[in-house]
Amino acid sequence: MQVTSPVREPLVTGGKTYKDVTNDVSRQVEGKPSVAWLIGLAISVGALLLGFLALAATLWEGIGMWGLNKTVGWAWDITNFVWWVGIGHAGTLISAVLLLFRQKWRTSINRAAEAMTIFAVICAAMFPVIHMGRPWVGAYWALPLPNTFGSLWVNFNSPLLWDVFAISTYFAVSLVFWYIGLIPDFATIRDRATGIRKTIYGALSFGWDGATRTWMRYESVSLILAGLATPLVLSVHTIVSFDFATSVIPGWHTTIFPPYFVAGAIFSGFAMVLTLMIVTRKVFNLQDYITIGHIELMNIVIIITGSIVGIAYITEFFIAWYSGVAAEQYAFVNRMFGPYWWAYWSMMTCNVISPQLFWFKKIRTSIVATFVLSLVVNIGMWFERFVIIVTSLHRDFLPSSWVMFYPTIYDVGVYLFTFGLFFTCFLLFAKFFPVINMAEVKAVLKSSSEKVTK
Amino acid sequence: MEKDKNFVLGIFDDEDVLSQAVRQIRKAGIKIHEVYSPYPVHGLDEELGYRRSRLPIAAFLFGLLGTILALTMQFYMMKFDWPMIIGGKNFAPIPTFIPVTFELTVLLSAFGMVGVFMITNNLKPWGQPRIFDIRSTDDKHVMAIDLASNAALGKEKIVEVLKTVGATEVNNKNFED
Repeated sequence: MQVTSPVREPLVTGGKTYKDVTNDVSRQVEGKPSVAWLIGLAISVGALLLGFLALAATLWEGIGMWGLNKTVGWAWDITNFVWWVGIGHAGTLISAVLLLFRQKWRTSINRAAEAMTIFAVICAAMFPVIHMGRPWVGAYWALPLPNTFGSLWVNFNSPLLWDVFAISTYFAVSLVFWYIGLIPDFATIRDRATGIRKTIYGALSFGWDGATRTWMRYESVSLILAGLATPLVLSVHTIVSFDFATSVIPGWHTTIFPPYFVAGAIFSGFAMVLTLMIVTRKVFNLQDYITIGHIELMNIVIIITGSIVGIAYITEFFIAWYSGVAAEQYAFVNRMFGPYWWAYWSMMTCNVISPQLFWFKKIRTSIVATFVLSLVVNIGMWFERFVIIVTSLHRDFLPSSWVMFYPTIYDVGVYLFTFGLFFTCFLLFAKFFPVINMAEVKAVLKSSSEKVTK
Repeated sequence: MEKDKNFVLGIFDDEDVLSQAVRQIRKAGIKIHEVYSPYPVHGLDEELGYRRSRLPIAAFLFGLLGTILALTMQFYMMKFDWPMIIGGKNFAPIPTFIPVTFELTVLLSAFGMVGVFMITNNLKPWGQPRIFDIRSTDDKHVMAIDLASNAALGKEKIVEVLKTVGATEVNNKNFED
């Protein structure tokens, strides 16, 4: 029999057997929803409905309802877009990059992280569509359709078009990757269920039988999807950063953007995974699967990416000075000491200083501290995008057109709508889908749990 | 005896015992119909003598198709159908075609491969799997041995071998239709 490694910490604690894994995860799906879950759902649906009012007003009246003006043409819409896309990077990173690196601890968090990715990308994709103003008239212009629909083909030189391809590919491939992983677990639930539930999960499980031949192909598909998703996840935020970097706006026109945006995306994505996981493990009683060890490892990723982001901020500043371009220099001084100084310093504090606290083992293994800091990082990363977008735009080339941007209640409302959508989707997922990849956890159980080895 | 109807099932608790058992059973000259597991057991496909999956080839070919389609589309639209000077670039600015080409390569490769995966495994929403033992999606490994393919050995012999190689249970399974 296999021996438990004396060096490595077990990935799953509590001496779980295969049967325990099935029971612990399926219990959430089969049981009655808990009160905490119902309250959460009520709040999320409430936010969704309230936000919908703002969304409806925006669609009915036009984007004049937002606080945009002649100088600041992009503000909360694109800030929220980039923020949500960034969050959507952690799921695929966890499931694809960590799969390639054979990091087995990913097995208990990848399912929920991927779900989070998919919902975050849906929220993100809403903003470019809404900010067109009348999407029903114009959204199809982003697709390469023949001339009869518009006057010309789409412009393949434009990063905005690359974004259309990147985000839709990313969404589609992530969805497939996530669903392939779900099929075996749906089969497990199907085989425990009776009645209508058996029919539904039977259909969702696509007739999975768990034959070795099928598993062999499944592993092959997972590996190749991981190999495809790894460059894909890096390409998506790279292309998002091109939206800014290929323009000639001082503060945007920098070559450091692609790596800096990718690091920022992983940083914010892991923060959101932590926020959700800390709540999920508590509400669903999954502390043996999502252990302190998992939280600590994710916090280490946050230190690394947070430090990369910090170095990027400083580099950007240095290069602005070193370039000798007056407009560039002004853009960065204005960020730090101009009217939006508070946004800049919030960003610096939340993203550069606070994650450094994770160097202390006590802090990175504390659930409360991790939860608070994960929220701080989420806030900081929103400010990062706000700083890049609004402070670079609000003082443009003519001082006569210098303005401030003030969000209206509709800006806030549409943002609230995406929050409602995100959490409603996530809560429904957490209740009706297996939150933990049972099959993959079982596959790593033997080398990590004492009871099974005996 | 009719093929694919009458089976002897060996139930295994442990993946390492299972892998050993598969080797010994094949050595004893018994043909294994299939092994059903709740999770992927590494190396079991090799023990069973399965050929490596050719899905990577499918992925590559679909990816290649994506690359070709993306480049053809972009060159056709930007250079031949309606050439336009944009930002002083020439009509076929190859570097700016790379992002869309990459995305479509990945998209077609992923979807093509998953499509082939679904078809070869006969996975579809209305699919009804033939379940030998319901515990094979929970915590047991189920080895199915078709009696018809091992007619020369006889059932008693197979049951005996299964017990000696470490099966915790040996059951019969007959499919009527």
